[in-house]
Amino acid sequence: MSASSVQHSDDGHAHGHGHGHDGEFSHPMPIWMLLAVFFALLILTCLTVYQSQFDLGNMEIWASLTIATVKAGLVIAFFMHLLWDKPLNMIIILGSLIFVALFLGFTMMDADGYRENLIMNETLQESQPPAVNVAVSK
Amino acid sequence: MTTTVAHDTSANHQVEGHEHPSWLAHHFDDEQQQFDAGKMGMWLFLVTEVLFFSGMFCAYALYRNRNPEVFEFCSRFLNEKLGAINTGVLLFSSLTMAWAVRSSQLRETKTLIGMLGATLGCAAIFLGVKAVEYSHKWGLGLFPGKFFQSQLEHPVHTDNNYLWNLSIVPMILLVCFALYYAYGVIIASKFHQRVAGPLVIAALCFFGGVGLGTFLESEEHEEGSPVTHNATGEHAAHADHDHEHDHAQEHAVAESVKPAINFVAVDSTGMHDDVAVTPAELVTPVSAVNQKGMAGLFFSIYYCMTGVHAVHILGGMAVLTWLIVKAARFEFHSKYFGPVDNVGLYWHLVDFIWIFLFPLLYLIT
Repeated sequence: MSASSVQHSDDGHAHGHGHGHDGEFSHPMPIWMLLAVFFALLILTCLTVYQSQFDLGNMEIWASLTIATVKAGLVIAFFMHLLWDKPLNMIIILGSLIFVALFLGFTMMDADGYRENLIMNETLQESQPPAVNVAVSK
Repeated sequence: MTTTVAHDTSANHQVEGHEHPSWLAHHFDDEQQQFDAGKMGMWLFLVTEVLFFSGMFCAYALYRNRNPEVFEFCSRFLNEKLGAINTGVLLFSSLTMAWAVRSSQLRETKTLIGMLGATLGCAAIFLGVKAVEYSHKWGLGLFPGKFFQSQLEHPVHTDNNYLWNLSIVPMILLVCFALYYAYGVIIASKFHQRVAGPLVIAALCFFGGVGLGTFLESEEHEEGSPVTHNATGEHAAHADHDHEHDHAQEHAVAESVKPAINFVAVDSTGMHDDVAVTPAELVTPVSAVNQKGMAGLFFSIYYCMTGVHAVHILGGMAVLTWLIVKAARFEFHSKYFGPVDNVGLYWHLVDFIWIFLFPLLYLIT
């Protein structure tokens, strides 16, 4: 069983996706690899909880996002088996992530653009005259 | 199911000169084509899921960028410990799901059912912990948007039934699954027992999750209220660890050094009794952030993101149950494991989303 799985994994490595002989296309992940990925994910979770105790200021969000991205990368590459998947599937999912980046990036750029004119919450700005609101809406 | 139908309708025909096996739908040339087509469809679905969630992440990014102090303040109501435990539970369920895919490819049906059952159980634990989190927040009046009712300055000790209400459906399911298992035993059907066993355990796991969540909440509760009154004293048993004592002492020292009556901080548990007077540098003025439309906004985003995620967990549990039924019929083998693989992809995506949700919501400092 384990011998055959090694066989398949070599096959998968060589071809990028597992199309073997006589219609054999399954690629069972070796157990040690699953466990290694799981423990790596656990360690990274502990790391992100640990780092949240320090006050890193503006860097804090980037630190936690970096760790989260590494974890997500591990999940996608190994648990979701993308490393051995067809290149088309890789393009599909990575393409979606690029579109998410575009979506978030342009929205944030836009938000920063009108940030100074915007009053988010009138209850916080009760002393301000309503004229400012009119200026915003034009 | 569909493959069986396809087989029945085309069994009399000759497809490309040979009869195709029962697991191969007749419009596919071979098993690999069937598998690849299904998998590509699944990836496309996951793309729509990623884009769907990205809308909520966008709302999060916009509002956090604009009101960082609101997010920092409100994040204290979220219990980091529960979030971390849930992260671990989800990661473990991803491990068992990936293992289930492996077992289905190797035709180890017992392992497969066990792994699917473990995944289902982890999902139930996750939801149990979530139920504890939600019911605590609802008890505090931390509702989304305009329903937000601040009870921070004047905490009200209400005996709410939220947790009980959330447990009704799992209880009914537990009874149903137990009856189903008993039925399987009575008619001596191995198939029904193989299906019902994991379901009963998963339903029990929900209450395990509730117990775990309640325990951790009360532990945090004890830790966070060294100087405030403990109305019931029922949670006094759990604060034995040194770490917690240190934490408690820090609190007490900090509070004795610089009492600032105008500032109110709430510890991360969101428990009623945690409202304590703490030094000014640790807190944000309540009047600035704790307003309708501001704190409520954070909780709108919180409930929306975690709630939609929880709905995805529920959906995942439904398809996992379907997989257990199919696995109990010994349907999966090295040429037909597409359903397990595709549900696995979906399950890992749900895990993927949580990996980002956890630090973004729970770990804001």
